[in-house]
Amino acid sequence: MKKTLSERLEILSDAAKYDASCASSGAASSRKGKEGGLGSKATNGICHAYTPDGRCISLLKVLMTNFCIYDCAYCINRSSSRIERTRFSVEEIIWITLEFYRRNYIEGLFLSSGVIRSSDYTMEELVRVARELRLKHHFHGYIHLKTIPDAAPHLIEEAGLYADRLSINVEMPTEAGLQAYAPEKDAGHIRQSMGVLRLKIDEATTDRTFSGRRARRFAPGGQSTQMIVGADLSSDRDILRSSAALYSGYQLRRVYYSAFSPIPDASLVLPVKAPPLLREHRLYQADWMVRFYGFSFEEIVAERRDGMLDLDMDPKLAWALQNRALFPLDINRAGREMLLRVPGLGPRSVEALLSARRHCSLRLADIERLKVSLRKVKPFIVTPDWSPGRMIDRVDLAQRFRPQPAQMSLL
Amino acid sequence: MKRILLPADAGFPVWRDRARAALQAGLAPGDVVWQVQGAEQAELFPEEDAPLSPVGEAVGHITRPCLVLLESILRHSDPERFALAYRILWRSQQEPHLPAIATDPDIRQATQMDRQIRRDAHKMKAFLRFREVVDDASTRRRFIAWFEPEHFILETVAPFFAERFSDMDWLILTPIGAIAACDGRITRDSEPREAPELTDDVEGLWHRYYQSIFNPARIKTKAMRSEMPVRYWKNLPETRLIPTMLADAGKRVAAMAAQQAEDSAARGEIPAFHARHQAEWSRRKAEEHARVEGLEGLPALAAALRGCDRCDLCRHATQVVPGAGPAGAALMMIGEQPGDQEDLHGTPFVGPAGAVLDRVLERVGIARESVYLTNAVKHFKFVSKGRRRIHQTPGRTELVACSPWLQQEIALVRPRLIVTLGATALQTLEGPSARLGSVRGRVRDATAQRPPSLATVHPSYLLRLPDAQRAQEEEARFARELIAARDWLESDRDAAPSPGPDREPDPGSFPSEPG
Repeated sequence: MKKTLSERLEILSDAAKYDASCASSGAASSRKGKEGGLGSKATNGICHAYTPDGRCISLLKVLMTNFCIYDCAYCINRSSSRIERTRFSVEEIIWITLEFYRRNYIEGLFLSSGVIRSSDYTMEELVRVARELRLKHHFHGYIHLKTIPDAAPHLIEEAGLYADRLSINVEMPTEAGLQAYAPEKDAGHIRQSMGVLRLKIDEATTDRTFSGRRARRFAPGGQSTQMIVGADLSSDRDILRSSAALYSGYQLRRVYYSAFSPIPDASLVLPVKAPPLLREHRLYQADWMVRFYGFSFEEIVAERRDGMLDLDMDPKLAWALQNRALFPLDINRAGREMLLRVPGLGPRSVEALLSARRHCSLRLADIERLKVSLRKVKPFIVTPDWSPGRMIDRVDLAQRFRPQPAQMSLL
Repeated sequence: MKRILLPADAGFPVWRDRARAALQAGLAPGDVVWQVQGAEQAELFPEEDAPLSPVGEAVGHITRPCLVLLESILRHSDPERFALAYRILWRSQQEPHLPAIATDPDIRQATQMDRQIRRDAHKMKAFLRFREVVDDASTRRRFIAWFEPEHFILETVAPFFAERFSDMDWLILTPIGAIAACDGRITRDSEPREAPELTDDVEGLWHRYYQSIFNPARIKTKAMRSEMPVRYWKNLPETRLIPTMLADAGKRVAAMAAQQAEDSAARGEIPAFHARHQAEWSRRKAEEHARVEGLEGLPALAAALRGCDRCDLCRHATQVVPGAGPAGAALMMIGEQPGDQEDLHGTPFVGPAGAVLDRVLERVGIARESVYLTNAVKHFKFVSKGRRRIHQTPGRTELVACSPWLQQEIALVRPRLIVTLGATALQTLEGPSARLGSVRGRVRDATAQRPPSLATVHPSYLLRLPDAQRAQEEEARFARELIAARDWLESDRDAAPSPGPDREPDPGSFPSEPG
């Protein structure tokens, strides 16, 4: 018996949830809603709901189908998995997207799919959804399409014309990892496809081509990717090195780190354990340090002998403790670049300090007023009324920041 | 002491008139009590003291950032906002930079209020839910929403909803007023409303989605609560599912673990299509293998290069960049390694240095298509610096690892002349002790390892010269050297084919390896 729309939505969103990407932001400028159409795009994305896994719902994240010709060990949809299979028609996806959007449940659609028949056939179907949403239904909300690496260039071109963002998942942090877990996939192909996307995005963002023609719109929200953390033995250093290469090589807007989490009917080669959520969190912090604080990936893990980030403290604090020679900094004199490296100070508080100190000399109480954690900041700064003295050199300084050992319960 | 009485929902315009008068009267912040009508203390003194009326010319001034901040915080629901705004206005008369001092207690409080208002507006855009009202008489679809904002933000959020939902009629009801769009016309009032009774069938589908997109193996309720504070929950029907979702999560995870502990056979039949697809993959793989096996000459070399992992460069480069050009080309040019653009395109000399090369080739009358262009190293070596990849000169390891490929290219193309561009290419052919300065610009005779060869600079060198005059001179010299190569080829046209290496290249015989 044919499954109801609701049953299929359950299967195809359950199958899509392992993709961490949810952003509806990233486009250079917001898109105005147009008269007669539906939807607009906010410069900063909007999260319309949160589920108890702490993740937001910004987009309708579904698969077109969970049939797949690939057999990637980490994936719930691999061909050898015994999960229930089903598919949506193009019209059904469009209908759900529009009805959800009208009720303000979502910012738009994140459409992905298992690969069926061929890469081109699958990509063609994904593009058809985006094209009809834009042209037939005048939908101006956010569209994120997963790109099938081997799809024909004209399909990629068209996908970029209608979608705000395109993404291709590298899945495993290293090539060896991909080979072991996804034997049918080719890391080289994936990088080449990301290279193609970058060239097209570059072309579309340069105002005019050589011939003076305006370049066609191509994925104004850029491209992103995802790496699975903890399924294979890659260290954080391996992961961050891959990130560095991905950000610099393909101008990614985001790299998502997805703690490998148990799936139904999992392959026997996979670890049976809880998803490494704290590790994932630390990786996001490291990523953040690079994107917003001016760190390089290499220096964040430079001092870590096992190549793993410290789980007990955030990587910025860990870095500062390893580089104490650079501290303490005079809050009233240090430059922006160095202030951003002080544990506890973020871009917003640094801007506030820079703006305020032009008019008055800052004391400890002033910094406290910015809702900065003084406990964290104090060993690393100097103000007219505070100096950490020998504190910065203390061997047990790091210890003060580690979580207190929990007392074992007797029962 | 002067008491000023204001309506509870007074915004910036109402406050401004009173504040202006107070400022004119020279009342210090300590001399004014701002009270909300209907508040407890106000009932003791129901009458406002004799209202202040502005007299004569306006006094006082306000800077743009200060004005923006005050306009914003007067949308806050805290009755303290009136006094705080007046205090900032008063102080900024003497301290024009006050709004820039984020560490000042008043400014701190104001920025926090401003942030709370923005957050409330953002959350209204996020958490408001429309429900459809079926009305057969109307051609436009109609929706109604109920929301309880914390602050006076209806004016702020109205344009957002107007723009986004422009093809439908909608009505947003709140305890502090309503916004409506009818046929694209937006109206707003501040009459308090009550929650309507509405149902919508699509909500069931949404709830199903909300439950399915949740991953039971990751429980992070703290993150959920901080982004979706509990006070919004009563108007978010999907949040009623949360307790059950949490209660079932443990069981679902345990079931997954139990299933994985079973051996594969016990879990039931693997779908039939799996075997079909596996067979198809094997067939494709065999087909590809046969295709590659069937290749000869340069295409075979390119196919073999694709699998090269003789050094680490293949791990982060996008792809290998094989040489390009006709087999049997008389002229072969060897550069150093692919750059950023070459790495992305998979073709040599298509980046900025390639553009210089193209320009000079055209100038000296050498057709690029007639030249076989390649690099000493076939993968891009770089360090990532933020959003850019910085070129790094390949080291001995990479040169040695890549040299057999170059030897094979030379053997297959059999050029009559090789032009090496830059020191790296020169040293790959002649050994690490070769110096560009001492051999540059003249054709050197063939050796056992290579045909006749001419060394010149790499075109990227011309790009790096900061002085325009110097760059022009150097480009002219580069052109002269290419002309020398061209002339040599033309004069040598009738001569016998070059005694290039026609034996199978031996990967072990890298000429530059000492010993």
